[in-house]
Amino acid sequence: MPLLKENETVEINNHPIIDLNNEKPEKMSAIIFQKFIKNKLAVVGAIYLLLIIFAAIFADVLAPHDPNYQQLLKKLAPPGKEYLLGADNLGRDTLSRLLYGARVSLIVGFVSVAGSIFIGTAVGAIAGYYGGKIDAFLMRFVDVMISFPSIFLLIILVTMFEPSISTLIFVFAIFGWTGTSRLVRGEFLTLRSREYVLAAKTIGIPSYKIIFAHILPNAMGPIIVSATLGVGGVILAESALSYLGLGIQPPTPSWGNMLQSAQTLPIMLDSWWYPLFPGIAILLTVLAFNFVGDGLRDAFDPKIK
Amino acid sequence: MINYIIRRTLLAIPLLFGITVVSFIIMQLAPGDPTALMIDPMIKKEDLEAYKEMYGLNDPIYVQYFTWLGNMLQGNFGESLIRQGTSVSELIFARLPNTLLLMVVSTIIAFLISIPLGILSATKQNKLSDYVITIISFLGVATPNFWFGLVLIMVFSVHLGWFPTGGVETLGSSFSILDRIHHLILPAFVLATADMAGLTRYTRSNMIEVLRQDYIRTARAKGFKQNKVIYKHGLKNALIPVITIFGLMLPSFIGGSVVVEKIFTWPGIGLLFFDAAFQRDYPVLMAITVIGSALVVLGNLIADILYAVFDPRIEY
Repeated sequence: MPLLKENETVEINNHPIIDLNNEKPEKMSAIIFQKFIKNKLAVVGAIYLLLIIFAAIFADVLAPHDPNYQQLLKKLAPPGKEYLLGADNLGRDTLSRLLYGARVSLIVGFVSVAGSIFIGTAVGAIAGYYGGKIDAFLMRFVDVMISFPSIFLLIILVTMFEPSISTLIFVFAIFGWTGTSRLVRGEFLTLRSREYVLAAKTIGIPSYKIIFAHILPNAMGPIIVSATLGVGGVILAESALSYLGLGIQPPTPSWGNMLQSAQTLPIMLDSWWYPLFPGIAILLTVLAFNFVGDGLRDAFDPKIK
Repeated sequence: MINYIIRRTLLAIPLLFGITVVSFIIMQLAPGDPTALMIDPMIKKEDLEAYKEMYGLNDPIYVQYFTWLGNMLQGNFGESLIRQGTSVSELIFARLPNTLLLMVVSTIIAFLISIPLGILSATKQNKLSDYVITIISFLGVATPNFWFGLVLIMVFSVHLGWFPTGGVETLGSSFSILDRIHHLILPAFVLATADMAGLTRYTRSNMIEVLRQDYIRTARAKGFKQNKVIYKHGLKNALIPVITIFGLMLPSFIGGSVVVEKIFTWPGIGLLFFDAAFQRDYPVLMAITVIGSALVVLGNLIADILYAVFDPRIEY
């Protein structure tokens, strides 16, 4: 005997859970956005980042001076009308150098994180989706990579190639992916046994399509959060390498290399502003990325209302 | 338990093996071969070949790897390319005590500051002190440690004159503990800040988790004083997982020593690494990388074993 009589249908479409009062269901992105803007620190961070990105793009227009022009008579000029944030030990305008430095820091941060997220997601997706020996091999490799204090490998690779923006992007990308791969693997491990994935497998959808079209979109939340926090981390690491003289090379300004010549007695004694501003620029930017990352984490978390 | 310790120790071996393989591969990426740096470029071709033969540079790559690994296991890390005639292990072991001293003191500082802050934050959850501690933690994560070091030197050494600007001891004076401590405070504090934020947040969330447990409610219901409940019943259980984070902190501690030792001219392996990087002294760089990573593996191993020892609830 058939379960349903003739002419009897199951009314799924009018089910109240799915269609409440005939209104269109709220889009996921809208819900996330609304949760995000409730977090004040995250909003402040996001606005700050938009301003910094704007300043970096329009550095040529905004900068009051040529960042590399040395006005030796004005060296170590205190903050004032002509040099809003003072001048460095070669008489270059600190504000202009900070604006151009923002370009370098943001480009290195965004591009290398894009690379490391790509590698990490690919490795994590393969490990998590296929499991078994492939998973074991990839994850043991990740264990090895995580055991290296990363600054050692970064410095060694930088010394092998010429330190430049592209070298830095390359080394940060190839050493920065391990955290993301663990995260994505975890997501895939839980998602691959969901009913909708089993259903997709049953009707013969190829693996790559299941990975990219069906599982990956559901793992995007943690990936975006990890990318946001990652950019802050790379900016911090880039500034340290550049400070050590192993990153961006002068005269190209970067927030890290601007501090290179700050550790001398006369400067520390009389020109407090010179070491101060580049450090604050790094601090605020990394802080903003962390605020936004935390805000996104809460916004993506369905348990947090 | 013994079983677990043995199993856990055996797991560390393939990890160490992997570390040496990756290090060796990276070393092979170095442009040119070591002879280019060691030998007079005017040398005759036959003599160069003889040198290569002598140092085994013509051997197949896996033979070179196992020779290198075998030497390393015997404590022979080769010779420095720059300081000719000095073995790498001599260089490293002369500097290692300074770095270990710095790391031990920083670890103690990090725990002494972070754990009380984490507990305070947890017990005053969502009150003013919790917010202040949270903001300080955020600042701690975002502050570049080299800049923080510079600012501390500027304020406390140059302007206030409380601490020396760098080094391990006052030049020309004989060894004294007080002098050593005087030189240690700033660099150890800067190195400690790198992980204090994470440690504070971790202690806070563990403490909050524990304070929600039934046995804490029972203790309160029985009329124990608040402090006794928190410190006697709560703290013990909240601190056990903190042991494991010690293992996670190690890579950034060892890596952070490069920056901190450079700023404070602290003659440890971090400063040795920094100098070797500028001189392209690859044997020194590789040796420090392998030793540093081995310390990380060892630290994680110890942390995992301690965790098993302290937490009887976990069965293995």
